[in-house]
Formats: sequence, structure tokens, C-alpha cells
Amino acid sequence: MKIRTLKRHFVEAFKSMGRNGWMSFASISAVTVTLLLVSVFLAILLNINYIASQIEDDVQIRAYIERTEKPERYDAYKQELEKLGKVKTVEYQSKEEGLDELIESLGDEGEAFSSLKNENPLRDAFIIYTEKPQDTAAVAKEVEKFKFVNKVEYGQGTVEKLFKVTDVARNVGIVLVLGLVFTAMFLISNTIKLTIVTRRREIEIMKLVGATNGFIRWPFFIEGFALGVAGAILPIIVITVGYQAIFDIVNQKLGTVFIELLPVTPLIPQLALLMLLIGGVIGVWGSLTSVRKFLKI
Amino acid sequence: MIEMVDVWKTYPNGVMALNGIDVYIEKGEFVYVVGPSGAGKSTFIKCMYREEKPTQGSIIINGTNLAKVKERQIPRVRRKIGVIFQDFKLLPRLTVYENVAFALEVIEESPKVIRERVMEVLDLVKLKNKARMFPDELSGGEQQRVSIARSIVNHPPVVIADEPTGNLDPETAWEIMEIFKEINARGTTVVMATHNKEIVNTITKRVIAIEGGRIVRDEAKGDYGYED
Repeated sequence: MKIRTLKRHFVEAFKSMGRNGWMSFASISAVTVTLLLVSVFLAILLNINYIASQIEDDVQIRAYIERTEKPERYDAYKQELEKLGKVKTVEYQSKEEGLDELIESLGDEGEAFSSLKNENPLRDAFIIYTEKPQDTAAVAKEVEKFKFVNKVEYGQGTVEKLFKVTDVARNVGIVLVLGLVFTAMFLISNTIKLTIVTRRREIEIMKLVGATNGFIRWPFFIEGFALGVAGAILPIIVITVGYQAIFDIVNQKLGTVFIELLPVTPLIPQLALLMLLIGGVIGVWGSLTSVRKFLKI
Repeated sequence: MIEMVDVWKTYPNGVMALNGIDVYIEKGEFVYVVGPSGAGKSTFIKCMYREEKPTQGSIIINGTNLAKVKERQIPRVRRKIGVIFQDFKLLPRLTVYENVAFALEVIEESPKVIRERVMEVLDLVKLKNKARMFPDELSGGEQQRVSIARSIVNHPPVVIADEPTGNLDPETAWEIMEIFKEINARGTTVVMATHNKEIVNTITKRVIAIEGGRIVRDEAKGDYGYED
């Protein structure tokens, strides 16, 4: 294609957007509303996922060692555990360290246990992290079989429930986002279809004077892309400002105790890029599927 | 130049519009296509610029068989055929000049060539002084002249007109016919479907009459042959 022709296509596309002002506005609004919903849901979904991973990553297996075992053998035992499949790391924790950790985690009330330091009731333990948190239960079962292991603890019951909740949250989020994207596609293609119907005559004449389908499609392609991208602008602004605000509130008010949100910097630029992409793709798809019908002359 | 061999056209709804058409039109000929409404005239014309594809038979124009031409090749075929309609089919938002230039922009001609050719054909249809006006500022006759200018601006060897004077008053119709005569005199083949008895009987040319999807009459210097 000649540069001159490409320039003509751009001029035509923008002229047509101006002429069909209200229709362009309607298309942009449709993109804006759906992308706004998509971006909000996506931000929530990604954060749920992030928080869930944080919780999941905290899941560990504690394998308490029989008191009768000699500390000299611990290194060999550790290696045996490491050889199990799906195991990421194995750390040794002496009973003294274990008690310190317990006291610390209980805060002020923990002081009461300080007296136990001389008569430590705990056992030495291996702390095992699995590669995938979901494998915890299976690995725990394997660990239990070793003779030197007295007892295994990994939050039996609770862990399974946790994984169920996080899985459901993820799946619901994905379905919602996909549903919204599809709704957006139909909404936008319908709006664009209306602008194209009014230009049916123009397309017909172009075909009759010997324009190729490609030549006719180009301005529509550009117009669809521009409308989609224009529709992405407001959602990007809203999500940027809104997320920054929510992020600040969560971090200040709730501190870092319970949850931590995804940091603004990689998330928002990525979301913005995605919104531009979705907007552009939907716009192009909408206008090209609509114009296709009128090309059959 | 134009050759139809055993052309049949049946529409999907079962209407049999053309039932075995055989016709040969020489280069530079001027041919009227006449016949009652619904006799297949329009289908005959539409098959010539490949708006309709025949169900059977071959239509060879400028050396290409339109019955076999691939979808992608249709634009190239149409560039060698000028088409004129009863309702002009002008773009209302473009000026006279732009409407004519449109046919050349679409085939990616250079701006220099476009300017020259557009002014040349506007001169031929005597609308040079109205180049900047919009179609709705023109009379019907003038609009039809614009559409004729558009159809011949890339010098097609064939011009096909579907009732070009159908929407015009008699006086204007004669003006339009003068232009067609001029185009034909320059060597362009002209095929014109018409209901205008007076014109056919006065400017005598070859007449093809179609009834019931068949050619019932084909005379070198014919007349209209119907009452109205």
C-alpha cells in the first residue's frame, strides 16, 4: 500500500468519527463502561490472587523429631526429607528456637511461657516448604512415614479449606472478567454496526467503482481501533487514581499485619496496557465484523 | 468485447430471471436493452458488472469470464466497466469533484493524474464550473452527469447504464443522451437499459428486447417496440 493511501485511510477514519459524532460517542461510552468494570474486577482478582498466594506461601509442614533420635543423625534425616518429591526447602529448628518463636508470636501473653525455658516441652523439628502449597497434605503424609518423625503438623483441615476458598475466588474472578469482555465485544460491535449501516451506500459505491475489500476495510479498521483506545482512557485514569487511593488507605490503616496489596507500580501500568489492548482489539473486531456484511456486493 | 453464452440466472427464492441468454456485443457498439418490468433486464445488466453471478453459462467482458472470476478479482474487473444508475448513487457528503475523484482514489491513482482526469471528464459533461458544489445543490440532470463523469473517469472500455434517464424529465434526458453519444463516439461500448420509447426510436441503435428472461428481439437499427 502506498503511503499516500494510508494517509487517506487515516483522514477518512477520523472524518467519519467526526461526522458520526454521536455514534462515536456511544461506542466510546460502551467501551468505557465495560473496560471500567473489567479493570476494577481485574484489579480485585489479581489482589485476591496475590493475597491468597501470600497466605498459601505461609503454609508449612512441621515434622517433630522423636526425642530418642540423636542430633548427630539430623543432617542425614534432613537430606532424606529433601529427596522427597515436591519439596522446596527443609529447615532445621531446634526446640529452643521453636519455643522462642512461639513466645514471640504470642506477644505479651507469651511471657508466661518463658518459665518453660528450662524444661522445654517441645521437640526439635524440621520445617518443610513444598514447591506448590497445594501439595502440602500429600507431602505431609510422606513425611509421616519416616521412623524419626514423631508427629506432623501442617494445619490439617484448615489448609484444605483455605485452598478451596482461594481456588473458588480465582475461578469466579476469571469467569467474571471473561464474561465482561464478551459483553463488551457484543455491545461495541453493535454500536459500531449502527454507524456502518449509515455508510452502507458509501461502501456499495466503493465496491462498484472497483475498490478492493482491503481498501474499504482500512478506514474502518483504524476507526474501530481509535474508538476502542479512546474508550480505554477514562478507565485507565479511574483505576490509576482509585487504586493509588485504596492502596494508601489499606497500607496506612490496616498496616502490614493482615494483608498486603499488590504494589501500584507494576500493576497499574500493566493494567493500563491491557485496557488499551482490549479496547483496541474489541474496537477493531467490532468494526470489521460489521463491515464484512456490506462487502458482499 | 461482451459475449454471453447460454446464461441462466435463478435467484435463491426460485425466480428464474434469465433463461438462456446468448448475445455478442462488438467493441464500440451502442446497445439499448428494452423490455417490460420484471422481464430480466435488470438481472441482465447486473450480470454484466458482476453484481449478480449467473447460475450457468459464461459472460466474457474485456477477456474475463465473469461467471468464473474469483471474488478477489472482482474489483479489477469492475475498474474496466463504468456503471451508471437511475438513482445516480452519488455520495452526498462529497463535492462534485470529490465524487468523481473517488473512483480514482479507490484505485490509488496519483494526485496529479486524478486532477487532470477529473477536470477532463467534468469538462466533457459540462460541469467544470460546478466542481465545488454538493450533489443536493444540483438538478437531477446535473447529478446524473456527475455519475456519468465518475463512471468514465478511468477510461473503461465498457459503460453500462441501468435506466439512466428514468428519474429525469424529457428535456434533461436528451441532454444525458448527448453525453452518451459523445462517450460512444470516443470508442466506448455503451449498454443501456431503458424504458424511454422516444429516445430509442429517435437515436436509433441496436435494440435487444428481453421478455421472460429470454432475448425475443435483437435488431441492428431497432425501435422500442412497446406501447410505453
